[in-house]
Amino acid sequence: MNAALPIIALAVVVALGLGLRARSGHDMDMEQWSVGKRGFGTLLVFLLMAGEIYTTFTFLGGSGWAYGKGGPTYYILCYLTLIYVISYWILPPAWRFAKERNLFSQPDYFAARYDSRSLGILVALVGIVALVPYMVLQLKGLGIIVATASYGAISQTLAIWIGAAVLTVYVMVSGVRGSAWTAVLKDFMILFVVMFLGIYLPYHYYGGIGEMFTAIDTAKPGFLALPDRGQSATWFASTTLLTALGGWMFPHIFASIYTASDARTFRRNAVFLPLYQLMLLFVFFAGFAAVLQVPGLTGPDVDLSLFKIALQTFPPWFVGVIGATGVLTALVPGSMILIAGSTLIAQNLYRPLARNATDATTGRLAKGIAPLLALACVGFTLYGGETIVQLLLIGYAVVTQLFPAFFFSLWANNPLTRAGAIAGILAGVAAVAVTVVGGYTLAKLAPGLPGPVQDLNIGVVALALNLAVAFAVSLTGGSARRTALP
Amino acid sequence: MKQLRWLAALPALGMLAGPFFLNRVEPMVLGMPLLLAWLVGCTVATSAIMALIYLTDPANRGPEEGA
Repeated sequence: MNAALPIIALAVVVALGLGLRARSGHDMDMEQWSVGKRGFGTLLVFLLMAGEIYTTFTFLGGSGWAYGKGGPTYYILCYLTLIYVISYWILPPAWRFAKERNLFSQPDYFAARYDSRSLGILVALVGIVALVPYMVLQLKGLGIIVATASYGAISQTLAIWIGAAVLTVYVMVSGVRGSAWTAVLKDFMILFVVMFLGIYLPYHYYGGIGEMFTAIDTAKPGFLALPDRGQSATWFASTTLLTALGGWMFPHIFASIYTASDARTFRRNAVFLPLYQLMLLFVFFAGFAAVLQVPGLTGPDVDLSLFKIALQTFPPWFVGVIGATGVLTALVPGSMILIAGSTLIAQNLYRPLARNATDATTGRLAKGIAPLLALACVGFTLYGGETIVQLLLIGYAVVTQLFPAFFFSLWANNPLTRAGAIAGILAGVAAVAVTVVGGYTLAKLAPGLPGPVQDLNIGVVALALNLAVAFAVSLTGGSARRTALP
Repeated sequence: MKQLRWLAALPALGMLAGPFFLNRVEPMVLGMPLLLAWLVGCTVATSAIMALIYLTDPANRGPEEGA
């Protein structure tokens, strides 16, 4: 027993309490459960959107990348900023359409815009492929955080089971309201912890932030900029752009659009959320501080850099506070993923096949699916092995393939037909699967290209293929009905 | 002032093109490597530009649509 454990336990109990309390006074029908009755104001939407994006990846991975890769890690700051720039224009029309048609999930949007149930099913399948590994990543992160911060008192496996159980319970009871209220606690804690670590560690070990960077630059020249090849400027620009476009295409992030009570919420948040991203800077600082203090971590262990330096710097109770924050960064997005995943299985895979399904039966089914989906994710986390890393890489690249069909659906005259949208997504997803599973990069595929071009993110190829096929099919399939904005 | 929205392209351009020209550590700016300082500047500029766009966008006047 050490001082860290009770603090982590307290955070879990408070999160559970907040999550359960969020239900009070609300009738949990499908619309309330999945999308909070479309009644969230600017602050809750802000927290939900920030909450989904500040995941364990940002916390462990952001510092881990700074520690392991240096300069290339800056792309995280850039793509998260660009996501919100785009949001100013793409979210309000999507929200308006969803409200008019009473949509619950991301596949609903595609099915309604293109008037195609098959497209809805396809988008739902793509969504599941992206969500499951994303959830597994959260659970894995949670396991690592709790095991490390409890000084080994709680095993990773036990932590994963407890975490999954807690979020399943409050998801089943309170739906997305539970996520929003736990996000309040999480953002408060992460803001405090990250700023503290990002300032204290450089001052404690180096005497200042500038001094820290100078020391790193002397020890590892060039580490703080981009390399000339590999993760070069070309890689940086293409990856930033791809991830910024793909960001909104994750089903749980897309569904959070529906929770807003007003379109102006998104425009307001587009002003504040970029500034909020500066919090990442402090995550980077903490990771950089570890470079010369806890050297020698390699491979997947770089993600532990933040905790390794915390363990050698702080007393157990404060390690507990960091651990508790880390747990919350897993619970909030985890709960959103669970809601979005269960909703899209019930609403977009089961419902089109069941003739007499109603909102009420679909809603009950979605809540029933939540624990099963959580169980499946725990199974993947504990027994998935290395395959899950592959899946995760595919997941990120795969959701981006939904962007063209979404983007053109916002046009007054959509140039894509239903068949074109479906064919484009299929082609893009197939290209992603082949290149990621085969471990292809442009350097391998086309060794004749000039060096900088070879560093382009391979996702660009899949996206280009997607667009080419979508347009080719749309232009040749003359009889297919075009969909236009109402 | 609908044209103001094109200003939003500036920080994006800065983030995507900046690394080609400013990919260096020295000189340090505000204690940070040059490239990082530039990207942080772009992030802050994004918020400022989005605020300007928000304030001049006619869509944000009048009653809220959701009410």
